[in-house]
Amino acid sequence: MIYREAGEYKTSYDADSRTFPIKFDRMGYYTAMAVAFLVVPFIINDYWASAVAVPFLIYVIAALGLNILTGFAGQVSLGTGGFMAVGAYACYKLMTGFPEVSIFFHVLIAGGVTAIVGVLFGLPSLRIKGFYLAVATLAAQFFLVWLFNKVPWFYNHSASGQINAPERTVFGIAVTGPNTDAWAKYLFCLIFVVVLAWIARNLTRGSVGRKWMAIRDMDIAAEIIGVNPLMAKLTAFAVSSFFVGVAGALFFSVYLGAVEVGEAFGIQKSFLVLFMIIIGGLGSIFGAFAGAAFMVLLPVLLKNILVGGLGWPTDLAAHLEFMIVGGLIVAFLIVEPHGLAQLWRLAKEKLRLWPFPH
Amino acid sequence: MKDMSEGYVTADGRKIGGVLMEMKNITLRFGGVVAIKDISFDIREGEIRAIIGPNGAGKSSMLNVISGFYIPSEGEVFYKGSKRPQMRPYQVAQQGIARTFQNIALFEGMTVLDNIMTGRLTNMKSNLFQQALWYGKANEEEMANREKVERVIDFLEIQSIRKTPVGRLPYGLKKRVELARALAAEPSLLLLDEPMAGMNVEEKEDMSRFILDVNDEFGTTIALIEHDMGVVMDLSDRVVVMDYGKKIGDGTPDEVRNNQDVIDAYLGVAHD
Repeated sequence: MIYREAGEYKTSYDADSRTFPIKFDRMGYYTAMAVAFLVVPFIINDYWASAVAVPFLIYVIAALGLNILTGFAGQVSLGTGGFMAVGAYACYKLMTGFPEVSIFFHVLIAGGVTAIVGVLFGLPSLRIKGFYLAVATLAAQFFLVWLFNKVPWFYNHSASGQINAPERTVFGIAVTGPNTDAWAKYLFCLIFVVVLAWIARNLTRGSVGRKWMAIRDMDIAAEIIGVNPLMAKLTAFAVSSFFVGVAGALFFSVYLGAVEVGEAFGIQKSFLVLFMIIIGGLGSIFGAFAGAAFMVLLPVLLKNILVGGLGWPTDLAAHLEFMIVGGLIVAFLIVEPHGLAQLWRLAKEKLRLWPFPH
Repeated sequence: MKDMSEGYVTADGRKIGGVLMEMKNITLRFGGVVAIKDISFDIREGEIRAIIGPNGAGKSSMLNVISGFYIPSEGEVFYKGSKRPQMRPYQVAQQGIARTFQNIALFEGMTVLDNIMTGRLTNMKSNLFQQALWYGKANEEEMANREKVERVIDFLEIQSIRKTPVGRLPYGLKKRVELARALAAEPSLLLLDEPMAGMNVEEKEDMSRFILDVNDEFGTTIALIEHDMGVVMDLSDRVVVMDYGKKIGDGTPDEVRNNQDVIDAYLGVAHD
C-alpha cells in the first residue's frame, strides 16, 4: 500500500533518471546503508564475518565485475577465478614489495593490474563470440593458475608455494593478518562494495553502458549506429577485470589470509561467480547482490538447519547441502530464467497495485 | 536529363541543394557473384531519393555500401565533396550517416528510451572515468542528449512507450522506434531500408507522413528503399532503378514511370 509511484511527479530529466526514482525505494536504500554502516559493525562477530558477511561482500564485487562483462556487454567469461588470482598475487607482491604504502592503494592497483591482464585476454573477443569466447577465457583461467604455481617469483620463493598476507593497517587499525577484528574486515570490504557498486551503476546508466548493451543485443547494428566494437569490448573487459581483481585482492588479503592458487582460484571459482550472476539476474546491479547472497547464504543456512537444527551428522549434511543447492538452482532457473532481479521487479510491479488490483 | 549541378526546385516548391553524396562506378562482388555492376548516381542535399528494383536487384547491397558495411570492389564514394577513404561502419556513422534496417535491428534488451539514446552515442564524448564517478561532463551531457531524444520522441508520438522494453512492442512501433534511433543522431543523410515493409495501410500512411515531416522540418536528406510503388512515387523527388545489379533508370518519378527498361524489368521480358 505504501509502495506507490503515483503522486510522484518528476519535473526534470535528472529526477527521472535517478537510480531510485520512487521515494519508497530511496528510503529503503538509505535504511540499508545506515544499517550496514552504523549497526552491523557493532554487532558483528568472528563467525558472522568469516562465514557470511565478508565472503558475501567480496563475491558481490566479483559478481558485479562479471555481470558487467557477461550481463551488460554479452561477453561470456569463464576466467573469473584466474583474474581473481591476478588480483590476489598483484596485491601480495605490492604488500610485500611496498610495505609503506597503504593496503587501500595496493588493492586498487591490484585491480588495475588485473584490468590490463583482462584486456590482453579480452583481445580474442574481437574475433570470436559466445561459446568459443568462453573456451578462450577458460584458457586464461588455466594458464593464469599454472603461471602462479610455476613461477616462484610470484610467491616470493616461499617453500610452501603459498602466499600469506602480512599485517597491514588502515588508520592504525589492522585489516589484514591474523590479528584483525571482525568489524574491521567487514567495514574495509563494505567500503569497496559501496563505491564499486556506485561506479557500476554510473557506468551502466550512461553512454558507456549503452554501448555495452548495444554490443550485447546486436553487435552489427551497434557498429552501424557508431559504436566502436573494439573499444566497447575492451573497456568492458578492463572494467570487469578491475572489479574481479579487487575482489581477488580482498579475497586473499582480508578473507583467507593465506592462499594456494589452485585451491582458492580454480575453475570452480569461475563457475561459482557465473552461477551468482545467472541466478541473480544478468545485466542487473541488484542481481549481483542477490546472486551473491543466494550462493553464500544458502549453504550456511542449510548447514545450520541440518546440523544445528536437526542434529544430523556433518558429512551427511554436507552432501545433502550440495544436492539441495544444486536442485534449487535448477528449479529456480526453470521458474524464473531471468533471475532474482526479475522476481524482484515483478514483485514490485505487483506491489504497486496491491491490495487493490483493479 | 537536364543539368542540375546547382540543384533544382521540386514540383512542390522545395529547394534541393548541391550533391551530398556521389557514388561513382560502384561495383560490388562477392566471389563470383556480382551484386552491383558499375553504378553511379548522386544524392542531393535535402532531397528524398528512392532506390527501387525487383528482388535481388542489389538495392540493400547499395545501401550497405553507403553505410560502410560493404566495401565496394571498385569505384569511389564522394561524401560532402571529398572522396571517402575506406572506413569502418562506426566511422561512417560518426560522419553523420544513420540508417534503419530491413529486418528491425533494435536492441531488444533495452527500453525504448535507451534504444533511442544509443542514436546519440556519437555525440557523447565524456570518458570512462568521468562516467564512472559521474562528475564533470557526464551528467550534463546525459541530460542535454536526453532533451534531444525527447524531442524525437515527441515528434514520432511514442511518449507512452518511453520506458517499455523494446522486445514487448508490436512490429509497427518497433519500426517507428528504429526510425527514432536513426533520427536521434541528427544525421545529414538518413538511409531507410524498406521502412514500410510488412505494415498495413494505416501504418504506411503514418510512416510516410513521418518521412515527409523529417525531410521538411529538419531538412534531412533521405535515401530509401521501398517496394510499395505508390509510396515511392508519392514521396520521392528522384528515383534510381536497379535490376540485376545494374542501373536501368534514374530520374523523377514521372521519368522513371515512362522508362521502357523499367517497365520491362517490372513486367518482365525475356532476358538473353
